[in-house]
Amino acid sequence: MAQYLALTYTADVDWYAPEHAAELEEYRVFGRDYADRITASAVLHPTGTATVVRVTGARGGEVVTTDGPYAETKEALTGYYLLEAEDLDAAIAIAAQIPAAWGGAVEVRPVLRAK
Amino acid sequence: MTARNDPLAETVRIEGARILATLVRTVGNLQVAEDAVQEAALVALREWPRTGVPDEPRAWLTVAARRKAIDILRRESARADKEREAVDLMELSSPDPPPDGVVRDDQLRLIFTCCHPALAPDARVALALRTLCGLSVAQVAAVLLTTEPAMAKRLTRTRQKITAARIPYRVPSDVDIPGRLAAVCGVIHALYTAGHAPLEGPAAVDVDACAEAIRLGRLLRELLPDEPMPAAVLALLLLTEARRAARTDPAGDIVRLSEQDRGAWDIVLIAEGCALLDESLRRTGGVADPYQLQAAIAAEHARAVGYDHTDWAEIVRLYDLLLTVAPSPAAALSRAVAVAEASGTAAGLAALDAVPPGTRWYAVRAELLARDGRFAEAMADVTASLAGEMTAPERRYRERRRAEWTARSRDA
Repeated sequence: MAQYLALTYTADVDWYAPEHAAELEEYRVFGRDYADRITASAVLHPTGTATVVRVTGARGGEVVTTDGPYAETKEALTGYYLLEAEDLDAAIAIAAQIPAAWGGAVEVRPVLRAK
Repeated sequence: MTARNDPLAETVRIEGARILATLVRTVGNLQVAEDAVQEAALVALREWPRTGVPDEPRAWLTVAARRKAIDILRRESARADKEREAVDLMELSSPDPPPDGVVRDDQLRLIFTCCHPALAPDARVALALRTLCGLSVAQVAAVLLTTEPAMAKRLTRTRQKITAARIPYRVPSDVDIPGRLAAVCGVIHALYTAGHAPLEGPAAVDVDACAEAIRLGRLLRELLPDEPMPAAVLALLLLTEARRAARTDPAGDIVRLSEQDRGAWDIVLIAEGCALLDESLRRTGGVADPYQLQAAIAAEHARAVGYDHTDWAEIVRLYDLLLTVAPSPAAALSRAVAVAEASGTAAGLAALDAVPPGTRWYAVRAELLARDGRFAEAMADVTASLAGEMTAPERRYRERRRAEWTARSRDA
């Protein structure tokens, strides 16, 4: 088994807003259906709540923060799933069931295994 | 570097590519298997001219490559457990070459891995040339018009993705095969297309990418005889290849379809291409795929005894179908040419209006305008068509046309 991080990119929305309740329920269904494959998952607040942190120079340098997400994109990073799958084909098959895959996109990244 | 005309190097390269497929499965690592086959091939090329070609070159290369793979895995001590297991396995296994059935399955696995849709399209083409055709990195770079270091880097990144993301070394399940085959056929078609540019351009490449694409097309067709798409893509390649020699004159200049010597077309390839197309269409239930339609267009041209006998109305109909399943500016441009032949230049020019302009668009429009005697406009368009990049023969051809029209507009 290998681990993959599935990052969901969708419209930058407030998932608590009532108009997204039905959509959020779709994610819950996915979460239940693939519970044995999901190691961890999270839904994120909108990018308006994001803060980028940088330290100038080296460790211990001045902490500089800026408001907003690291990358301004049309579709925003809105959540993630840490998945267990035997290979990329299996990971793609699971990712294709995440509601973000339609209407948005899911980026599947293999997780580096500890040596 | 293997040369096209060196039969020994050809044998080593083709056998090497065949061995690689099985070795990848045994070793579990594409890079190690590639390096092992390459080292074994180098030994063969060094020894065989001196000692003579062994009775069973395939067996010889299999044993040599397996030994090299074991050496490489031992050298790299920090290998994962799976690959250490592979060493033990290989040492225990019999040194005989695996039976044909096993090799065929391995070849299919390698084809589907190299053409996995999770890889970038140009990376698939490069990897196919390297692993399925057994070309050197320098040769792959030459075919794809890039430098050797850039190609080496590209191939390394691609192999790293296969390993890190765990792209499986497996033939897809029956339900997934049609979708995955589209990617494989796309690679074979792109490879053939890549073979055209260097052939016509000034750079001499010692690899015939068109021949390599046809060889791969034949292999895929042989491995999956019941699938319609491999038959269709092979039909398209053969019907195109049949006319290749007639497309240029001895000086390397372009000969237009209307002026080609149809006697120089390869009738054996045409017959094979048409038979493959018919068989592919018989196996297709619903809508024809883009390769079937393009092959059908090529077959229409091949069947016409002369340019004037071409069934242009049928060709327009086929382009219309092609544009519904696979719209592209190139197909729309070719359709406009067919419309001009079927219904006159005015209809052709009207069809062109719906196509986004590019250098080829201007060249086509110039030809149609000149046919109507509108030489001043034709000269302006052909001049615009010369602004972009094109092969040297294509440039010479357009410049020649411009000179002809200049002369005729003075006479008028």
